Amino acid sequence: MSLAKKIISGDRRALARVLTLVENGDAHSKDILAELHPYGGKAHFVGVTGAPGVGKSSLVNFLAQSLRVLGDTVGVLAVDPSSPFGSGAILGDRVRMADLTGDDGIYIRSMASRGAVGGLAYATGAAADVLDAAGFNYVIIETVGVGQSGVEISNHVHTTIVLVASGAGDDVQAIKSGILETADILVVNKADLPGAEHVLADMRSNVVMNPSPAPSDHHAKSKQFDGSDLAWRVPLLSTVARSGDGVDLLIKSLLQHWEYLENSAEIDNRRRTRIRAILESLLRNRLYTRFMEDISRKQFDALLESIVLRDIDPYSAAARLIEEKYKASCLDKA
Amino acid sequence: MGKHPIRVLIAKLGLDGHDRGAKIIARSLRDAGMEVVYTGLRQTPAMIAEAALHEDVNVVGISILSGAHNTLLPTLMDKLREQNLAHIPVIVGGIVPDCDVNTLMDAGVSAVFGPGTLTSDIVTSIANVIESDLQD
Repeated sequence: MSLAKKIISGDRRALARVLTLVENGDAHSKDILAELHPYGGKAHFVGVTGAPGVGKSSLVNFLAQSLRVLGDTVGVLAVDPSSPFGSGAILGDRVRMADLTGDDGIYIRSMASRGAVGGLAYATGAAADVLDAAGFNYVIIETVGVGQSGVEISNHVHTTIVLVASGAGDDVQAIKSGILETADILVVNKADLPGAEHVLADMRSNVVMNPSPAPSDHHAKSKQFDGSDLAWRVPLLSTVARSGDGVDLLIKSLLQHWEYLENSAEIDNRRRTRIRAILESLLRNRLYTRFMEDISRKQFDALLESIVLRDIDPYSAAARLIEEKYKASCLDKA
Repeated sequence: MGKHPIRVLIAKLGLDGHDRGAKIIARSLRDAGMEVVYTGLRQTPAMIAEAALHEDVNVVGISILSGAHNTLLPTLMDKLREQNLAHIPVIVGGIVPDCDVNTLMDAGVSAVFGPGTLTSDIVTSIANVIESDLQD
């Protein structure tokens, strides 16, 4: 039996093995992903994002348990950062998910970001596709702890849950562009700590002004609020992820958001946005890798040195490398 | 080391709240370029075997200072076998009397490290057990 067939039949060891191959960009992974592709497209992808230590893993722990009670299976991808100075990483999200062990309906995989910025690893999208094909009803992606601009997750999921914590800053922070705009559900966590009411008030005055859903396709023109009943109002919730307080309302909002997506054309938009993000990222990375393999290392290093000596600027150097490579490949064809 | 980072599971086995050692090892392995899945305190053998399965790790590192190693480690080895993971090397660090080391090695443990071990020796040892694991 092929690894892909094993995954579809519920073999967890095959699933784990394939996720490693996908993460490593192994030569076999392309064929396996191709074999799995027709089986995907059923799962509800949910992103959980927010600053480091805001309570993402603890919240995922309760989210997954609640979804299991409803009879759904859950795959979790938990991303933590790789070292900027090497390949090492501490993947510690399982520490907060101990309640999820011993249940065949739950699969948790820790991923290192491996040099990617924006809150995910390059392989996270492909890994989510594998979990989807494996038949999990929900795929929850927990991002690296992100700040204001870690918005990549919203292109990769159907529902983005953004967590902020007590003491997260004033009302100006609440109206800044970036991650808060990507929220489909906004959660103030650690609501038992002092200062939570201020954050809630600041966030409330912000979301009240934002009755239209955040545009799912960042390339598309922003949708204007048309007052129709189909518009999604971003719910503002408060939780205590340590104890699970407020998770019931979060689950309710999550189910309502799925219903909204399915009853509007939005689910198709989001599926398309996700696939576009994955395709663009693949092209960007593969083209860059191939380009760097193809150009002369010596020429690259010489140009680098010239830039340091201020003989040439980086913009002209990049243009020269691209132009020469492009010319060379035209000659190859001729 | 190979092209891709070595994936290690570091786990605290049993009723034992002392995790400073486990965290120092996790940090040292991270600095040596490995991806370290840390699962936190009070893990049962079944929890560790499940995490090893989900995470597809190359090696399992167990920290145990409670004295229950002769009971818990053979159980862990059984659980790993049940999950068809007998091929994953298990190394142990903590307070293990010399006279118990052979018992653990007989149970299938690849290496036992006591207090005073250089972290660099542990890094080398992990690289070595994985190398021999790949050649098997």
